[in-house]
Amino acid sequence: MTLVVKAKQQLGTFSLDASFTSERGITALFGRSGSGKTSIIRIIAGLARPDNGQVILDGDVMTDTDRRIFVPKHRRRFGYVFQEARLFPHLSVRHNLSYGRWFGKVVGPAESLDRIVALLGIESLLERRPEKLSGGEKQRVAIGRALLSTPRLLLMDEPLAALDDARKAEVMPYLECLRDEMDIPIVYVSHSIAEVARLANQVVVMRDGAVEAVGPAVDVLNHPPASFERRDAGALLEGKVESVDAQHRIATITLKSTQLHVPGAALTPGKAVRVRIPSRDVMLAMRRPEALSALNVLEGTVQDMTQADDATIDVLVDCGGDIILSRITSFSAERLGVCIGAPVFAVIKTVALEQ
Amino acid sequence: MDALGLSNDEWTAILLSLRVSVVAMLASLPFGIGVALLLARGRFWGRSILNVVVHLPLILPPVVTGFILLILFGRRGPIGSFLDQHFGVVFSFRWTGAALACAVMAFPLMVRSIRLSIEAVDRKLEEAAGTLGAAPLWVFMTITLPLTLPGIIAGMILSFAKAMGEFGATITFVSNIPGETQTISSAIYSFTQVPGGDAGALRLTLVAVAISMVALLASEFLSRIAGRRIDPE
Repeated sequence: MTLVVKAKQQLGTFSLDASFTSERGITALFGRSGSGKTSIIRIIAGLARPDNGQVILDGDVMTDTDRRIFVPKHRRRFGYVFQEARLFPHLSVRHNLSYGRWFGKVVGPAESLDRIVALLGIESLLERRPEKLSGGEKQRVAIGRALLSTPRLLLMDEPLAALDDARKAEVMPYLECLRDEMDIPIVYVSHSIAEVARLANQVVVMRDGAVEAVGPAVDVLNHPPASFERRDAGALLEGKVESVDAQHRIATITLKSTQLHVPGAALTPGKAVRVRIPSRDVMLAMRRPEALSALNVLEGTVQDMTQADDATIDVLVDCGGDIILSRITSFSAERLGVCIGAPVFAVIKTVALEQ
Repeated sequence: MDALGLSNDEWTAILLSLRVSVVAMLASLPFGIGVALLLARGRFWGRSILNVVVHLPLILPPVVTGFILLILFGRRGPIGSFLDQHFGVVFSFRWTGAALACAVMAFPLMVRSIRLSIEAVDRKLEEAAGTLGAAPLWVFMTITLPLTLPGIIAGMILSFAKAMGEFGATITFVSNIPGETQTISSAIYSFTQVPGGDAGALRLTLVAVAISMVALLASEFLSRIAGRRIDPE
């Protein structure tokens, strides 16, 4: 799967000029509100025409302004999950789900309703009216409805943004499931670094209508471009679940050479996971601390130090190949004598890693 | 009918009124939906002119509307003669003419009601239907139309009620011929023009009140059902 997007558009004073190529898996379009993410995804879907640009999926030209090609949205077979669920109020959940099947010129086996319904955990909702659903349930039905139209590409425009934290936590596992079990490329718009860190394989960072960075999620998030919110800074590490302590609901994850304890009884051993460690949640110690509640004490050496602002310093700590970012005050750095090459211990509370 | 004390002529007028109103309502419905759609969604030159023309019967004296119909749809009128020659349809001094007059008079009310409910349809839902593979016509049939249903029902009832009460344009266009164009309204008018006609006028008045009440109750009932399908709250 290769999606090529090039778009130029002038919307009042806002100018969009972005192009990127995305491969399989989840590609996150990340950026602040107003950075042009939604404009781009609407252009991909055929809901908007760029002044100048192209949208090509696997060699099939959907939009090409130079060649005057514009495939209308209903012939693209691009599923779209909107920020609001946009369920049809006059149809039951079941009929909402099957709406797209009336039209799908199905190529290959159609996704079975039962499988999608089970994947999204909406079995008990089928006969209900959309009004009777909670926000999280609505959004799951909307995702199911898009999937059942047998799309070639799934576009998701901040599908969690309208939900509160509890509902987000409810829907998130289903999105992971989707990524891991369905063979369908996804373009996912988000302004939440936590969502991107957890879901995306590839990240496209948007800023003021232009692409600021593109690359694999781990690379982009660990070397964030200048526009990232400072408070969002953190390290994204990949590892594998080693063991799960069901009694204490703690999972042990093996990174490149160190181990990390994170909360989570739902994880299964052997599963590949990503852990994002916000830099604000990492303490530094010059000697190994003892009798400490924090479970993660990682030994490493200071690789780099950058002044974050007047009062704080970002310290990159290399813990045997796993790079952890810690934000400490300049005062602490001076007091402890932190310098490049110094051996330090990075201390991370397990509860800070709650997803 | 003896119990009500209605004469045969009165019954004829009542049945004719019902027939004229129902035909006027049903025949103008497709046009009403089409024009409402154009006015609600269309972005074309002359949209405000169309709006004015549609609303004209509401503002013009009914007699004027009737006279314009007579000029246009009369046997020798430009449209009337065309329809007569090519389709054998004659309006002047026929019950069909009464239906046409009623339809024209009721048209603004019907269009207005449908237009408002089309404008209330969330276009984001239509956009979503499009991304699910529905072509524009299908989106209209499966999303827009069902969501507009309460407005369409209200528009139909309004149109029916207006047709039942229509008098001026009808009598100007197709006159007041018992058994052909004499509706309840024109029959009451005739009764009031002759000595001792008060009793007949009163009987028909009671019938008119009864029909209007039934129509309104039916409209309440139908729009409640339609509304529940769309918004169960």
